Amino acid sequence: MSDRSQLIETGKPFEFDAERNAEFERLIKCYPTRDSMILPALWLTQEQQGWISAEAIAYIADRIGTYAAKVYEAATFYTMYHLRPMGTYHICICRTLSCWLREKQEIVDFLAEEIGITPGEVSDDGRFSLEEVECLGHCGTAPVVQINGEFHEEMNVEKMKAVLEGLE
Amino acid sequence: MEVKILSAKFDIENSHSLAVAREHGAYKTLDKLFGMDPADVIEEVKKSGLRGRGGAGFPAGIKWSFLPKDTGKPVYLAVNSDESEPATFKDRYILVRDPHMLIEGIVICCYAIGCHQTYIYIRGEYTSQVKILQQAIDEAYEAGYLGEKVAGRDFKLDVTVHRGAGAYVCGEETALLESIEGRKGQPRSKPPFPAVVGLYECPTIINNVQSIASLPFIIDQGADAYKAYGTEKSAGTHLFGISGHVEKPGMYELPLGLPLLEVIDKVAGGVWKGRALKGVIPGGSSTPVLTADEAKTVTLDYESMAEHGTMFGSGGIVVLDDTVDCVALVKNLIDFYHHESCGQCTPCREGLGWMLKIVKKILAGLGEKSDIELLLELCDNIEMKTVCVLSAACTMPVRSYLNKFRHEFEAYVEGGSLMQAAEIQK
Repeated sequence: MSDRSQLIETGKPFEFDAERNAEFERLIKCYPTRDSMILPALWLTQEQQGWISAEAIAYIADRIGTYAAKVYEAATFYTMYHLRPMGTYHICICRTLSCWLREKQEIVDFLAEEIGITPGEVSDDGRFSLEEVECLGHCGTAPVVQINGEFHEEMNVEKMKAVLEGLE
Repeated sequence: MEVKILSAKFDIENSHSLAVAREHGAYKTLDKLFGMDPADVIEEVKKSGLRGRGGAGFPAGIKWSFLPKDTGKPVYLAVNSDESEPATFKDRYILVRDPHMLIEGIVICCYAIGCHQTYIYIRGEYTSQVKILQQAIDEAYEAGYLGEKVAGRDFKLDVTVHRGAGAYVCGEETALLESIEGRKGQPRSKPPFPAVVGLYECPTIINNVQSIASLPFIIDQGADAYKAYGTEKSAGTHLFGISGHVEKPGMYELPLGLPLLEVIDKVAGGVWKGRALKGVIPGGSSTPVLTADEAKTVTLDYESMAEHGTMFGSGGIVVLDDTVDCVALVKNLIDFYHHESCGQCTPCREGLGWMLKIVKKILAGLGEKSDIELLLELCDNIEMKTVCVLSAACTMPVRSYLNKFRHEFEAYVEGGSLMQAAEIQK
């Protein structure tokens, strides 16, 4: 598992684009305290640039008017926030009970061989990243794989192969 | 055996859209609702016997009545859609296939408890689901079912979706509140309970999605119609998620009180591949396992589960066939809870890690008989020594495997399964 305490600096300033800025302004009216915007602002950041950089943490703190340490605390606690760039295709495989019972390991092994990375790694060309995650809430259609947020259910090696071939 | 109360619209095309939902009766209870006194709404829900569907099973109407009167502070509703307990996937169907039933339920609850701001806390992994939910909320605003004047009445209600970001512990109600407030999800010490001091230090009710979604039926058809389903102490229907080693895994709405084995055989197609049943996890991974023998007499309700030394939980049933290695299964379980520990309490943060190390050692064929005792001792020293029940959600089931399938652990430490152990370690 990657280090979830280190932030990476890009050397470039970060700010929300127009779309995220509008969403930020809409959402901040929905909460009585500004700190409640920490998680939503982290999501907006990740949507925009794919991960959370050191500059983004500073920017969010500034926009909300809170301490950077509070934003850092949330960014490092919640495992869905990426603190480093992920692959163009971020592949999450559920490793928990029902998916484990229905042989998710075969898919993990297949992907490791096919893409050449093990869970927790990003491929050298930046095309793929692989992560084993906890229960994705699709136990009735296990095993389940999530690629860039999209769910692929009742997976097996054959279907996984077809999904990979269908990617750009 | 299946019934269609909550799932009535699930199979209708585009049931998530307002137009289709309304064609099939969505929001029709609101006229009746606003003609009722809020106190009578609470009474009706109490009378219905509806119990919290998040896992704890606390009577919903009674929970609402814990709210203090006239504090001068706003009352908040937080709808728990974190749904992260392994083997639980029922609320997702409501979010995607009938979000307007949830929104209608929110209106009912908020009218009853005098709340004007609701937060729906949805787990971060539900990426496509959150879009459908937000779309439904936007439609409800446009149609005037939410906003300044709900259904044209002098009642204001706003609903905001708050996304989690991958923390099981945020399903614990006070961790959920911490997360909405922008902090890491570390549960609060209780008392005070959220009904008194909750979100933003204001009185707050936290209810599960399915609990809230059950309200339109109760208000429309009445408490007695709801109680016509289920048993005396476990009223109504439940969305059961059946997974693991069955032929037809999936989500099924059933009245409470049905025999477990009959449900596995007739509804879920029986144990897959013609194999024999080894055990059943009755209500999410944190509920103690039932052996195949125990499963013969248990029914799907709160009382029967308690009589069998386990819990009804979230209705997430996991079927285990006779090929399951219980030691490996326990490792998978501890791995999950250890990973999800928020780190606040030492017994949980450290203790679950120790348990994981010991189980790995046993699996590697390096364990000793005393390790089994040590695991049990750790369970006793971790459980209920922490702020929340996350650690107990791990120790309770682990203890059940250690007691009921002890021979499998012993086989490992006696060296009988070294080959098998090597296989798993690969």
